Amino acid sequence: MASFPAVLRSEWTKIRSVRSTVWTLALAFVVTVGIGALLSLLTNNNFTEFRRNEQSPFDATGTAFAGIMLGELAIIVFGVLAIGNEYSSGMIRVTLAAVPQRTTLLGGKATVLGGLALAVSLVTAFVTFFVGQALLGSHSTSLGEPHVLRAVFGAALYLTMLCLFSAGVTTMLHNQTLALGVLVPFFFLLSPILSAVPKVKTLAHYFPDYAGSRMLLVYEQHGQPYGPWAGFLICLAWTAAALAGGALVLKKRDA
Amino acid sequence: MIELHELTKRYGKTLAVDRLSFTVPRGVVTGFLGPNGAGKSTTMRMILDLDRPTGGRVTIDGKRYEQLSEPLKYIGALLEAKAVHPGRTARDHLLWLAQSNRIPERRVDEVLALVGLTPVGRKRARGFSLGMGQRLGIASALLGDPEIVMFDEPVNGLDPEGILWIRNLMKRLAGEGRTVFVSSHLMSEMAVTADHLVVIGRGRLLADMPMPEFIRRNSRSAVRLRTPEPERLLDVLAGAGLRHEAGPDGSYEVVDGDLARLGELAAANGLVLHELSPQQASLEEAFMQMTADSVEYHAGDGPGRDAAGAPGTWGAGWQADGARHTAAARQEEN
Repeated sequence: MASFPAVLRSEWTKIRSVRSTVWTLALAFVVTVGIGALLSLLTNNNFTEFRRNEQSPFDATGTAFAGIMLGELAIIVFGVLAIGNEYSSGMIRVTLAAVPQRTTLLGGKATVLGGLALAVSLVTAFVTFFVGQALLGSHSTSLGEPHVLRAVFGAALYLTMLCLFSAGVTTMLHNQTLALGVLVPFFFLLSPILSAVPKVKTLAHYFPDYAGSRMLLVYEQHGQPYGPWAGFLICLAWTAAALAGGALVLKKRDA
Repeated sequence: MIELHELTKRYGKTLAVDRLSFTVPRGVVTGFLGPNGAGKSTTMRMILDLDRPTGGRVTIDGKRYEQLSEPLKYIGALLEAKAVHPGRTARDHLLWLAQSNRIPERRVDEVLALVGLTPVGRKRARGFSLGMGQRLGIASALLGDPEIVMFDEPVNGLDPEGILWIRNLMKRLAGEGRTVFVSSHLMSEMAVTADHLVVIGRGRLLADMPMPEFIRRNSRSAVRLRTPEPERLLDVLAGAGLRHEAGPDGSYEVVDGDLARLGELAAANGLVLHELSPQQASLEEAFMQMTADSVEYHAGDGPGRDAAGAPGTWGAGWQADGARHTAAARQEEN
């Protein structure tokens, strides 16, 4: 059997030695923090106007995380590229010749990918939160308020799980371009649109992004089908299913 | 030692590899020869467990590939020239490979030097030429200092200097006692590098024998005679008890004839000769004859002399009977 620590070291070298991974992760950070900061600033400056007809309590955490819907795209692209570039370059055959135990290989890849995504997501989530709160001035909240800390950690877990979900789907499709072509429109267009369509939205509420993003909510929303922890579990189930599907395809298929 | 037993691969209706059994002997260069589409690459991918066989099995030193822990230390392979992430440096590419099989990092610099890529080790693979890509692929094959190396069409698309380099490298590796298994669709290339030969066509085994035996069986030598007095020549030959065959352009050929003896015979009989020359069928012709029925797509014409003799290191120019028969058979098919 291939040594798992050796696979981890090798996969870490792969990830750090190409620029695309660094860029996509940097983009995820900048976009999430930047848009959150911008919206927090605008909200603070126009607070009464923005809140005129609102009944629900003001969610200072959610305002800071306004950029996460775009930031998640960057981390999805990161997940796709980290797996997909092996297929686009034909390197997968070199990799599998070196580590023929395919499940071990995917386990190593997912560990390194997930670990790096989690580290970057945690930094992103906390920086986004603190920058946002600083700009919200008197309307800001703090980590000590109920559910806020859970929401910040939830944001990091959400990004990490979407990254691993994308990595799993890319392994299943074994094609980088196809994976990008399926995942980006799905998360950017299809899922948000379907979540707004009556009837269909009951189904769309069980998609990984909608479910995972429940973890970011500090206040219960009207008509919310389930709470943050159920959302976490649903998103986790999707991620596990995608990786298991990827492992199955990788194991069965000719490379 | 690589052993194939009844190895079979089917893609839908196409049988790419058909109950292939042979052994790659230890410590020599084995040429794996076949026309394009014969199933060479598929076989090599199955040896590395990249493609899963439909039937049969492959073992390396008695083990299935998947059972090898750190397989790069047993067998190193070059399948495609540029199976490298374009944005990664040559050194980093070798580094992750080394780490995956717990090969010490200094070995990375050793193989870079061995293939002459040290000056571009920290350059990204994007800018590499085909030849440099090939060298990088060979560096990764040698990384684990393996007993067995396997190269798939290593000279394809290389310039003469690159071809020479790879030839010498393979001979050197075999000289170090390693097993070298190399595929090619060019007989002429194999003739100068291989000690042992495995020929396949349409996924089936056509020949598996040492190179000298293949040469002995497949390259007949003959002496060609041309004279303005053909009737007298035939009488003289018959008188000496020599069998002859008709050669091209009204010449005659004596198979396995002795050049000196035939010259003396002509002189003794006062026979005028316009040509007295040794002929040897090229191995290329023998190979084409052997695989003719298994080539997937025939060109419009039969195997012309140009095609047969082009890279001939083995003295072309003498169209073997077989080649003529094949050409005739092919015309009938059409």
